[in-house]
Amino acid sequence: MSDTKKFLYVNRKAPYGTIYALESLEVVLIGAAFEQDVSLAFLDDGVFQLTKGQKTDGIGIKNFSPTFRALGDYEVTKLYVEKESLEERGLTEDDLQEIMYEDEDDDWEEKPSIRLVSRAEMADVMADQDVVLSF
Amino acid sequence: MSTLHTVNKSPFATQALMSCLNHCKDGDAVLMIEDGVYGALAASGMAEFVKSKSGSVSIYIMSPDADARGLAAEKLLGEVTGVDYAGFVNLVTEHDRTQSWL
Repeated sequence: MSDTKKFLYVNRKAPYGTIYALESLEVVLIGAAFEQDVSLAFLDDGVFQLTKGQKTDGIGIKNFSPTFRALGDYEVTKLYVEKESLEERGLTEDDLQEIMYEDEDDDWEEKPSIRLVSRAEMADVMADQDVVLSF
Repeated sequence: MSTLHTVNKSPFATQALMSCLNHCKDGDAVLMIEDGVYGALAASGMAEFVKSKSGSVSIYIMSPDADARGLAAEKLLGEVTGVDYAGFVNLVTEHDRTQSWL
């Protein structure tokens, strides 16, 4: 019997104003060692975590946005991003980093990790989990 | 399969309650705790929205948190059910997962 559980990390905060976003990413990376079925959700201000062009030199805080591109190497390949949250903030998918993973079940083909979903689809993703961790 | 959602911030300070209610599925429960209890005020601008969801989603409030803030029962939406700490534990056990809206 498999002990694999579905874990969802819910990200609803912008990246540098509070420590939540960085802490979430740290927990995801730690959790990746336990080989669970991990998904990340980005909604509300959480969508700002994935934007391109973050430059934090002037505020003395580490720019952790490139780390999202490493998640694929930890088999974290499902990043659900809510369309309505992007639209409310005047963003489109083009404003987000390109985050890819190599699909081991498909001859290591490169595929996008970001999956745009509607608010209703996001509710379905949330309702489909064993464990939901909020940040 | 259902979810217990907890909200611990005032709906006038953050979008947490709004976002929570917009992601609830029928049969879910929402428990307002800490400053989240202000979401149950019957005369507030949030009341209609909370009321409109109360048909498909059960809405609960932590009575000790409401009491601490002086929110008398007659000031709260009739659709909202008060629970104590033991009631909170029961809600956790009655649902498949708990999701916090911070």
